[in-house]
Amino acid sequence: MALRLPRIGTSQIVALAVILLANWVVSPQFFDIRLQDGRLFGSLIDVLNRGAPVALLSIGMVLVIAMRGIDLSVGAVMAICGAIAASLADSHALPVVLAAALGAGLACGLWNGLLVAVLGIQPIVATLILMVAGRGIAQLITEGRIVTFTSPDLAFLGGGSVLGLPTPVVLTLGMMALTLAIVRGSALGLMIEATGGNPRASALAGIGTRLITVAVYMWSGLCAALAGIVASADILGADANNAGLWLELDAILAVVIGGTSLFGGRFSIILAVVGALIIQAMNTGILLSGLPPETNLVVKAVVVLAVLLAQSPRIGGHLAGLGVLFSRKKP
Amino acid sequence: MNFRALLLASAVSGTLFSVGAHAADMTIGFSQIGSESGWRAAETTVSKAEAKKRDITFKIADAQQKQENQIKAIRSFVAQGVDAIFLAPVVATGWDSVLKEAKEAKIPVVLLDRDIDPAGKDLYLTAVTSDSVHEGKVAGEWLVKTVAGKPCNVVELQGTVGASVATNRKKGFEDGIAGASNVKIVRSQTGDFTRAKGKEVMESFIKAEGGGKDICAVYAHNDDMMVGAIQAMKEAGLKPGTEVLTVSIDAVPDIFKAMAAGEANATVELTPNMAGPAFDAVIAFKEKGTVPPKWIQTESKLYTQADNPMSVYEAKKDLGY
Amino acid sequence: MLATSPPAAGAAPDLLALIGFSKSFAGFTALDRVDFTLKVGEIHALLGENGAGKSTLIKAMTGVVARDAGTMRLDGIEIAPRSAEEAVRAGIATVYQEVNLAPNLSVAQNLFLGRQPTRFGLVREGEMRRRARALLAEFGLSIDIAAPLESYSVAIQHIIAIARAVDQSARVLILDEPTASLDAQEVEVLFAVMRQLKARGIGIVFVTHFLDQVYAICDRITVLRNGRLAGSAPVADLPRLDLVRLMLGRELSAATGRRPPHEARAPSTAVAAFRGLGKTGYVVPFDLTLRAGHVVGLAGLLGSGRTETVRLVFGAERADCGAAQVAGQKASIGSPREAMALGFGYCPEERKTEGIVAELTVRENIVLALQARRGALAPLSRREQDAIAAKFIRLLDIRPPDPERPIGLLSGGNQQKALLARWLATAPQLLILDEPTRGIDVGAHAEIIKLIRDLCAEGMALLVVSSELDELVTYADEVIVLRERAHVARLTGAQVEVPAILAAIAEVPSSASPPVRAA
Repeated sequence: MALRLPRIGTSQIVALAVILLANWVVSPQFFDIRLQDGRLFGSLIDVLNRGAPVALLSIGMVLVIAMRGIDLSVGAVMAICGAIAASLADSHALPVVLAAALGAGLACGLWNGLLVAVLGIQPIVATLILMVAGRGIAQLITEGRIVTFTSPDLAFLGGGSVLGLPTPVVLTLGMMALTLAIVRGSALGLMIEATGGNPRASALAGIGTRLITVAVYMWSGLCAALAGIVASADILGADANNAGLWLELDAILAVVIGGTSLFGGRFSIILAVVGALIIQAMNTGILLSGLPPETNLVVKAVVVLAVLLAQSPRIGGHLAGLGVLFSRKKP
Repeated sequence: MNFRALLLASAVSGTLFSVGAHAADMTIGFSQIGSESGWRAAETTVSKAEAKKRDITFKIADAQQKQENQIKAIRSFVAQGVDAIFLAPVVATGWDSVLKEAKEAKIPVVLLDRDIDPAGKDLYLTAVTSDSVHEGKVAGEWLVKTVAGKPCNVVELQGTVGASVATNRKKGFEDGIAGASNVKIVRSQTGDFTRAKGKEVMESFIKAEGGGKDICAVYAHNDDMMVGAIQAMKEAGLKPGTEVLTVSIDAVPDIFKAMAAGEANATVELTPNMAGPAFDAVIAFKEKGTVPPKWIQTESKLYTQADNPMSVYEAKKDLGY
Repeated sequence: MLATSPPAAGAAPDLLALIGFSKSFAGFTALDRVDFTLKVGEIHALLGENGAGKSTLIKAMTGVVARDAGTMRLDGIEIAPRSAEEAVRAGIATVYQEVNLAPNLSVAQNLFLGRQPTRFGLVREGEMRRRARALLAEFGLSIDIAAPLESYSVAIQHIIAIARAVDQSARVLILDEPTASLDAQEVEVLFAVMRQLKARGIGIVFVTHFLDQVYAICDRITVLRNGRLAGSAPVADLPRLDLVRLMLGRELSAATGRRPPHEARAPSTAVAAFRGLGKTGYVVPFDLTLRAGHVVGLAGLLGSGRTETVRLVFGAERADCGAAQVAGQKASIGSPREAMALGFGYCPEERKTEGIVAELTVRENIVLALQARRGALAPLSRREQDAIAAKFIRLLDIRPPDPERPIGLLSGGNQQKALLARWLATAPQLLILDEPTRGIDVGAHAEIIKLIRDLCAEGMALLVVSSELDELVTYADEVIVLRERAHVARLTGAQVEVPAILAAIAEVPSSASPPVRAA
């Protein structure tokens, strides 16, 4: 096992900066920001706003992955919760709508958590069940059509702004702050890292690993629910077929770019969110560049490869001049 | 003996098919793909209504996007001895053997919405489909006519990369504007046929084209992406429908709402009524022995704000879109 | 036959001779110039404690690992297999404790897997079945050879694996702990097969933890210790006591065998008492009382039930019978969390897989158990964590004294000290240590033993598993000896001496009843 000093996230920040600069090169007005109807307006704001759903997913996903798990169901949970929110929006008050949608997300997470922690099913299999079934559930809720709503309260969560910032950005920052406060403010973070790093040792040290496992899957479900609400609020409707489609993969990628190992252990919530921004900055850059759409996926693959290579202990270590640290033999 | 010859022979002799049967005694089975989109749901609803109009007993089998289910459904229709089978094929190939079984049972098959691999052409009576190149062309011609010679920069929201509908609608639109040098496509990106991506791509188009001031018109390969694009324009302080012209394809109910509100200009209908022409072809074939052409093209009707969009919306909103 | 000694008069000729086998892994010497000789028709026990080098020797002679030095002769011809397949072709077959055949294939298919009789490229099913039946008949086994392997008991599976190995013209058969999961009757069936093979002149290397079995069937014993040859002798020349002494490396002498005089301590209060605690197939029910300021030692050979005993006490394994009393109150211990709530602490033997979290820092590893006991919602502040880490780094002299270093980068001894610190930080009433001095350097040994004495003096109750009997007798007030998963002797006061412990470990069970194992 490669043992490293605590990460400081240099490579992620550098990668984000490089991609933002590249965007500026292909699109000179990239950093232009103006105020439009009391709301900040510009490509940089788009990156934050469009990156919000994946950033929200990655906040939950990073905890699951730190516990040596994975949650493939988040995209489908987004669709379910978005569908619930859109279906209720015009007939119920916002608190009811939010409670129903977030409650559904927690319930989905509880299901995943019980399958993993109590029944001992491998996480990738356990969450695959909901990934497949969840979209079907969402389609049942919307009866296969795009359910639209007009409620300005719910629409505000997607298209509104707080102090000039789009509401999804504010919600993501809020969720990140809340998660950081809970995880790092309590000893949960340490317990998650210990359990991910060595589950048997952690159980023998008295950590309630099952309970924590269920809790992180529920938190992942909650984050997915919020992402689903934001996605529905954004397009003033719930599109069960497409909402959150494949976003679980973007979220996993964001977590990995953020430096958390798929084998669990050390994690960083902030860097996972930075990872989500890296992905979105890249997407937005491709849209701005005017390149033909056939090249989108190729460009994305090359950039992701470059970012991950820069982080690899061998290459990144040399790049950062830290080669000594990584080549040092264990005493 | 090929199928066509068989059909002609049967039409003359009147012995093989029950020529002269009335529509009212007819039973027709429909193997539908599933309900993957609003349009598909509307097609199912409209098909039922059209069958009822003609007093036809209509049996629908939902294949849930699986060819094996469709093959099973066709076999079961054959076993039941229906008068005709409608098939909306989920894929283009692999139909030969089951369609041969239908042919041997002397049950005509009509393809709806999609065609199958050319190798099977003699295995079905006719195909009722829309021409997606033509749809794009109608959209392009409307735009050329509307801008009337003024220069116009168009941004295009493509469907999913590689989907044949996207390729065709792109080609048709380019054909439609080919004669007008004043109309130019300045940006083209994929919005994956979804609202969310349509909105995101439009946001970036607006930023890339001077805050949207340089955009004269938006062309979207489907209405869903256009609904997203309209939101993006409104959020950027633009006025779609007046400052920026919009034209898209499908004619789903929500675009009529936008047209009624003056935020969208035109849509080209992909009619959900594929079954109507198919029923008529089957009835004519059975009653009079008229062999229909191999391809019945549905109408690609253009709707604009002048076509009382609210009433169209009311008519369409319960079709299942 | 230059290097081997001439065969003794009347003895069978040498079948397999290993000379000077050595193997190191990353600076650690697993085998150091080991010689080993197997005769025709001999059943030869290969014995040793954990880490003695048995597995490495087997792997080196079957080509699974490349040896650094040494030569091997089979029937006087030098061979050097580079893989298990080559070893089989040369005539050396191995059957491991975990039978590595395909459980879902039929018995016949398993017997001929990879060497099915074929004609024109097609498997001749009839021929294969006929031969399978004939082969198993040789071992007195008449079973349905078309049934999947997994439908038979582990013992039958072992015999099938042996039949397969022998049929591949094996001259030498290595059985690596074949009896670990068999019951007494199954062991007898296996022994019958082994005797039959012996009569055919096949040489058998038999690895086991059960000394009874060694004396029941083996002709010769070779003992490894710390990678070296500790001794090799015919069974008749090596009585149990001497064998145990060879395995544990004790030279009996008055000087080292006797512990320093213990001042008789007044019986203190019982911290915890267990009555009839046990689990079927795991450890036979036992009574155990742990007192403040007293050390109870657990001694026995590997697999005798020492670790199993402490895991039951700590709730790492759930007991299926028995009762516990902690501080005079009836208690139920179903998990480590419950044990911790009662003031227990447990340093497991497997430091890497069950102890440290390699990636986390020394500080985080030290505070882990205390934090777990406080619960996630009562976090230790960073300042408290730093203070605890600094205190124990100083107290236990953990090196390097850097609390922010990932613990995986520390040496074994320092990792062990950090794990002790993890539990000391919880101020336990009862501390359970499983092989606290295994795999650490000599200096750390002395420090940890001193620490055990100090903790005891401070009034902590300790339960210590150790193979280091010399050390154990210097600090234990009471030693419980285990054999065959049962507590067989309890030595107290002046009885706590190395010779007495060794005698108890080696003693032949007085009754003829079979040892208790998995049903």
